[in-house]
Amino acid sequence: MPLLELRDIHKTYHLGGETIRALDGVSLDIDSGEFISIIGPSGSGKSTLMHILGCLDTPTSGTINLDGMMIHDASARQLAAIRNKKIGFVFQFFNLLPKLTVRQNVELPMIYSGLSGKERRERAMNSLSSVNMEDRSKHRPSQLSGGQQQRAAIARALVNDPRIIFADEPTGNLDSNTGVLILEMFDKLHQEGRTVMLVTHDPEIAAVTPRRIEIRDGKIANEIDPKLAGEIPKFGQSK
Amino acid sequence: MIFLNTLMIGLREIGSHWFRSTLTILGVVLGIVSLVTMSAIVKGMENAMKDQMVVYGGADKINIDEDEPPSYQEHKQDYSPGITVQDAYALKKNATLLQCISPEMRWSYGRASFQDKRTYLSSFVGVWPDIMNMEGYEIEHGRFFSSYEDHIAKNVCVIGADIRDRLFGSTNPDGTPLDPVGKKININYIPFEIVGMYKKLESEADRKKREYQLKQQQSRSGPTRGRSSGRYSNRDRFWHRNNVAHIPLNTMWMKFRMATSSASSSIKGRFSTSKSSEPEVFAPDPKLSDFDVKALNVDVLDKAMGQIRNVMVRSHNGIEDFSFRTQESVLTNINKRLNSAQIIRGIIAALSLIVGGIGIMNIMFASINERIREIGTFKAMGATGSIVFLQIIMESLSLALLGGLFGIPASYGSVWLLTQLVPTENTPQITAEVLAIGIAFSACVGLLAGLFPAFKASRLDPIEALRYE
Ligand SMILES: Nc1ncnc2c1ncn2[C@@H]1O[C@H](COP(=O)(O)OP(=O)(O)OP(=O)(O)O)[C@@H](O)[C@H]1O
Ligand SMILES: [Mg+2]
Repeated sequence: MPLLELRDIHKTYHLGGETIRALDGVSLDIDSGEFISIIGPSGSGKSTLMHILGCLDTPTSGTINLDGMMIHDASARQLAAIRNKKIGFVFQFFNLLPKLTVRQNVELPMIYSGLSGKERRERAMNSLSSVNMEDRSKHRPSQLSGGQQQRAAIARALVNDPRIIFADEPTGNLDSNTGVLILEMFDKLHQEGRTVMLVTHDPEIAAVTPRRIEIRDGKIANEIDPKLAGEIPKFGQSK
Repeated sequence: MIFLNTLMIGLREIGSHWFRSTLTILGVVLGIVSLVTMSAIVKGMENAMKDQMVVYGGADKINIDEDEPPSYQEHKQDYSPGITVQDAYALKKNATLLQCISPEMRWSYGRASFQDKRTYLSSFVGVWPDIMNMEGYEIEHGRFFSSYEDHIAKNVCVIGADIRDRLFGSTNPDGTPLDPVGKKININYIPFEIVGMYKKLESEADRKKREYQLKQQQSRSGPTRGRSSGRYSNRDRFWHRNNVAHIPLNTMWMKFRMATSSASSSIKGRFSTSKSSEPEVFAPDPKLSDFDVKALNVDVLDKAMGQIRNVMVRSHNGIEDFSFRTQESVLTNINKRLNSAQIIRGIIAALSLIVGGIGIMNIMFASINERIREIGTFKAMGATGSIVFLQIIMESLSLALLGGLFGIPASYGSVWLLTQLVPTENTPQITAEVLAIGIAFSACVGLLAGLFPAFKASRLDPIEALRYE
């Protein structure tokens, strides 16, 4: 049974008299341990899909099964709990809280799951050392480079040991060298057995993942799946 | 747990915008200051009115006044004796529900002199020793005159402290308080021996004024004889009591009234026929100028008045030519004034706290608008709407409580300033209760002001919040 199972997902927006089909009948299975990229031009519906997969949003129609739970019509409170326990997010603009230190930022999701202060600190430090950031734990986000900020954000996404990690344009705000570093970090997470989904409009970035799904006008236009094709491009080969 | 953490994050948020937060807190501080200051002023008024109550006498006091007889007794009006010394004796003998009976016979003016010094008395009255209990006088030097001295109409007097000050000075040359007992003075050219002096009565505010003036005098010209300094506090409500001279009722009646007894001889004549011992022609007028009694306690007030009526109707040839006055009307009047002061206080305090609350609400709206992306991040990390709600409420509550906290010393400062600028008789007083109310009020303001912004923040769609640039 797949980790995530989407069936005929539609998301429509109504703006004035116009109907915008941001997602138009998407069906998708994601297994545990997969490393996937969603690729497509701007406005194609990549972010919308990620938000629905990440329980930030609910579809207009269709069903979603996450880890054995039907979540397409869950309440806001249930979605919040799922986001907290099963999902980690990495954003293009890092979204670290400027008034908290790096460690406090990483502790934030654990506050909502009600862990004790001692346990929070331990797990935050573990998570930070897995991205080589333990020596920056007392810094403020503003005292870090972009790459360091994104690594802190990855540590925060990991800290509650989620079933799946979503990253929307995680390198969009970084120079190419740092971007490669961050992508290597995602690859490492994948090697450790985690499920990671990247959202990007850049084919070069998409090339690092074994499975690539191309979206156009809210539909899946093309898909490269190593399980089906038998061809597994290695990281860096596409260059 | 979450509670503490949200509080921490809230305080950090407040600290990171310290200037803006300070201005907001200032709004609450001003609200608290006006609440506490107003309350202190009202409390001061309350104290002053209680002082006044002491002057008026308590709720168990009954004034007996002369009155027109009721219409069915109009034909007997000429036989009405008025309120006289006889009534005092009759009540003393028969009215068991009274704890003190204080007849007063007043002389229209009084002038006391000692050697070349003289002073006018505020009142010159013949009284019974019951006046002490009745009006709350206390003896400082000597004693009150005895019933025996009253009986034989001896020329003794008890004086108020101001009279001593003016006739002898308040202190001996060595600085100890001067004891006037045993000195002979003249009152209206008749010699009296001073047997006692009342304790000086003064309000809290007067005492401070006096001490302040004394200090100034000393710094200017060294220690002086503590003569009361000028007419500055002449007309305060205790002035009257400090310038009084009391002599035995019989002394007043026999020696002063005797000399001038010519008026209303017809009443006197008729009255004295029943008392055959008094010579008719020279019978002094026995009318009392004031007649106050005190019931045993407030509960028997009505019964006591019934008793007085029974006794007095008998000695008044069956004519009910008197009426009673109690402090009830005065009490209700004072309560009314206090109530309206309380209401004004409430309105002013509420207004200023609302202003403070609007300040907080304003700042909270600005703050969540700045932090829409942060709030989106909170939600993406798994914060529910209620956690975000709590977060914002905690922030506005902290702002308001900080305002309350700084408001307390600020209130003390403002009350102090007030007493320095306008030293009234009603010195404002801050009570612990008011401070507690102030803090509770600021907490309420914080909660209410945070409610709407917190609701707005809790309802933010996480996607919109994350997309927000
Ligand atoms: N709240 C909304 N109201 C109306 N239309 C929306 C809303 N959110 C998204 N859309 C529309 O849905 C479509 C898909 O948007 P989405 O953000 O998913 O695109 P994207 O693929 O992530 O693009 P980009 O690469 O620029 O981030 C767009 O046409 C967008 O205008
Ligand atoms: Mg997007």
